[in-house]
Amino acid sequence: METVVFALLNGLIYGLLLFMLSSGLTLIFSMMGVLNFAHASFYMLGAYFAFTLGQHTGFWFALFLAPICVGAAGACVERWGLRKVHARGHVAELLFTFGLAYVIEELVKIIWGKFAVAYEIPPELNFSLFKLFGSQYPAYRIFMLVVSIAMLAGLWYLLKRTRIGLIIQASLTHPNMVAHLGHNVPRIFMLVFAAGCALAGLAGVIGGNYLVTEPSMAFSIGPIVFVVVVVGGMGSLEGAFIASLLIGFLQTFAISIDSSFAEIFSFAGLSADGDVGRITIASLAPMLPFILLVLMLMLRPRGLMGEREF
Amino acid sequence: MTDYSLDRVPDLAPSARYKFATRVLPLLLLALILLSIPLFEPSRTWLSLFNAIGINMVFALSYNMLLGQAGLLSFGHAVYFGLGGYAAMHGMNAIENASYDGGIWAAFPMFGLPLVGFAGGALAGALIGFPSCRRSDVPFAMISLGIAELVAAAGFMFISVFGGEEGITGDRMNGIELFGLSLGPLGDVYWFIAFWTFVGVALMYAFTRTPLGKMAQAVRDNPERVKFVGYNPNRVRYLVFIAAGGFAGLAGGMSAVNYEIFTPESLSVIPSGLVLLMAFIGGARYFAGPILGAVVLTYMQSNLSDYSEAWLLYLGLLFIGMILFAPGGLAGLLLSGTAALKHSLSVKGLLRVGAFASSALLAAAGIIVLVELAVRYSNGFGEAFEPFGLHLAPDQMMSWVVGLVLAGVGIGALKVLSKQGGMGS
Repeated sequence: METVVFALLNGLIYGLLLFMLSSGLTLIFSMMGVLNFAHASFYMLGAYFAFTLGQHTGFWFALFLAPICVGAAGACVERWGLRKVHARGHVAELLFTFGLAYVIEELVKIIWGKFAVAYEIPPELNFSLFKLFGSQYPAYRIFMLVVSIAMLAGLWYLLKRTRIGLIIQASLTHPNMVAHLGHNVPRIFMLVFAAGCALAGLAGVIGGNYLVTEPSMAFSIGPIVFVVVVVGGMGSLEGAFIASLLIGFLQTFAISIDSSFAEIFSFAGLSADGDVGRITIASLAPMLPFILLVLMLMLRPRGLMGEREF
Repeated sequence: MTDYSLDRVPDLAPSARYKFATRVLPLLLLALILLSIPLFEPSRTWLSLFNAIGINMVFALSYNMLLGQAGLLSFGHAVYFGLGGYAAMHGMNAIENASYDGGIWAAFPMFGLPLVGFAGGALAGALIGFPSCRRSDVPFAMISLGIAELVAAAGFMFISVFGGEEGITGDRMNGIELFGLSLGPLGDVYWFIAFWTFVGVALMYAFTRTPLGKMAQAVRDNPERVKFVGYNPNRVRYLVFIAAGGFAGLAGGMSAVNYEIFTPESLSVIPSGLVLLMAFIGGARYFAGPILGAVVLTYMQSNLSDYSEAWLLYLGLLFIGMILFAPGGLAGLLLSGTAALKHSLSVKGLLRVGAFASSALLAAAGIIVLVELAVRYSNGFGEAFEPFGLHLAPDQMMSWVVGLVLAGVGIGALKVLSKQGGMGS
C-alpha cells in the first residue's frame, strides 16, 4: 500500500513534468510534421538559465524570466534556422534539430562546465509538507504539481477558449486558409515554436533542481519525450497528457518493483543463474518507454488520440 | 512501312572510355592509395589512424546505403555495426578455443572474421528490418531510435553475450595465417584493414549498379511510382536494409580484429549519431561523400580533440552549416567548385571561387577565435589562445573584438556573395 501511494504520487509528478515538455513538442510536431530533437535541449537551457538568473534575482524571478529567455532563443532558432531548412523537407529538418542538440550541449559544457551545477531547491520550499506512512513528503514536489496543473489549465484555456488559440489551431491544420484570411502564418509558427520552447524551459526550471542540472540531462530525457509525443498521437494535447501520465506511472511503478524474472517465472522453471533470470523489473524501467514506442509505431502509427498518421 | 528514324537515333549509351573513367578508375585509384601508404613508412600513430579511417569508411558507406540511396534516416545504425562486431569477437574466441581443442573453427582463418561480422549484421538487419521497413520517413527514424535504445540497454543486461560494462576481449594472433599475415604487428593489421576496406567499398559500389540499388534510388525519390511499376517499396527497403546491416557488420568485424575488444557502448545512440554526421558532412548524395566524411571526421576525432576541448562543438557547427548552406556536403562543395572552374575558366570565375573560399575561411577563423576564447574564459586558468604566434587573452576586450570582427566580416561577405547568385553560376 505504502509503495503504491508513493509510486502514484511520484509518477503523477514525473508524468506532469513530462507533459510540460511534451505539450510544447506536440504543438511544434503537428506544425512542422517533424519531431524536434533539440526540444529537450531547451529544457536543459531552462534549468541552466534559472541557475544563473537565480544567483542574481532569486528563484521566483527566475521562474518567470528563464522560460522567457528560452522562448526568445527558440524564436531565433525558428526564424534563422528551421525556416530556411523547411523547404528541403522533413529529413533535413530532423537533421537540423539533431545537429542543434549537439551544439547546445557543447555550448552548455563550455559555459557552465562539464559537471552538474549546484542548482538547488529554494529554501522557502525546502521543507516537508506532510507525513505519509511515517515518511516526510517534500513540499517542492507538491509545488511542482501545482505549477504543472496551473500550466495545464492555462494552456487549455489559451488554446480552446481564446481567439489566439482558435487561430493557432486553425493554422496547424489549414495554414493556407489562415494565410488567406490575412494572418501571418510564419509568424504564428514562430510564436508557437517559441511558446513550446518556453514551456520546455519552464519544465527545466522546476525540474532541474528536482533532478540534476548537468549537460547530459537533455540527452537522457529527450528520447522519452519523443515517446510521449508519438504514443499520444500527432497534434493531440489530450493524447500527450494521457501518454505522459502513462509513462510516468509505468516507470515509477517499475522502479519500485524489485523482483527479478527468476522470482516471477519460477513456476516455469527459470533459474536465477542465467542472464534472463537475473533481470529485475526495476532494471527494465528505462526500456519500457522504448518498447511502447516501437510497438505503437508498428501497430497503431497514429498514436492513442492522433487524428492523422505522420 | 520502314522505320527510318531508328538509324538516326544517336547512341546515348556512355562510351567505354567514360564508363572506365567513372566506374573503374576511382576504385583503381583507391587501391593504389591503399597500396602506397606503407611505402611512406608511417609511424604507429598514423597506422592506427589509417586503420580507424578504413573501418569508418566502410561503416559510413553502409550507412549511406540507407540515407543516400534508399532515403531512410536511421538513428540506430551502430546496432548492426555492434552486433556484427560482437559476432566477430565470439568468432575470434571460438578460433582461439579451437586452436587448443580442435573443432570446426580451427579451419577458419582470423583474416576472414569480417565475413562473420557481415553475417551477424545482415542477420540482425533481417530480424529488425522486417517490422521497421514497413514504414518510411519520420516513423522509420523514430523506430530506429527506439530499437537502438532497446538494443543498447539489452547489451548491458545480457552479460554472458555482451560482457557487461567491460565488454568482451579476444586475441587475434590465433588460427590459420592467410597471406603470411600473423596479424600481430600493426603493419599486418594495416593490410588486413586495407584488404577489407577495398572489398567493402568495391562491393558497395557494385551494389549501386545492381537493379536493386537502382530501385532503392527510385523508392527514395518516388515510392508511389515504384508501386505503379510493380515493385513493392517496403520489400526494396527491406532488402537494402539487410545489405546495409551486413556491411555495417563487416566494418564491425574489421573493428573487432583491429581493437580486439567490443563493449556495449558501441551499440548505443552515440556512435549511431557519429556515423550519421560522417555520411552527411561528407555528402550523402554522392557515393564518395561518406568516404570523405569518414576521413575528415576520423582525423578530427583523433587529432582535433588534442588541440581543442570544443571539437564536438565545431563538429556540430560544421554539421549545421552543411545542412543550412551546403546540403551536398563536402563532396558537393568540391564538385560544384571544380565545375564552376571548369565551366568558366576565367579570371572572374577564379576570383569568385576564391572570394567564397576566403570569406568562408574568415568566418570560420572568427568563430574559432570566439569559441576558443570562451573555452579558456570558462576554464578560468588565465590561459591565452595563441594561434600563429598571436597572443589573445580572454580577459582582454581586444581579443573578443578580433574574433567578432573576423566572424562578422566573413559572414557578411558570404551573404553578399550568395546574393549575387549561387556558387555555380
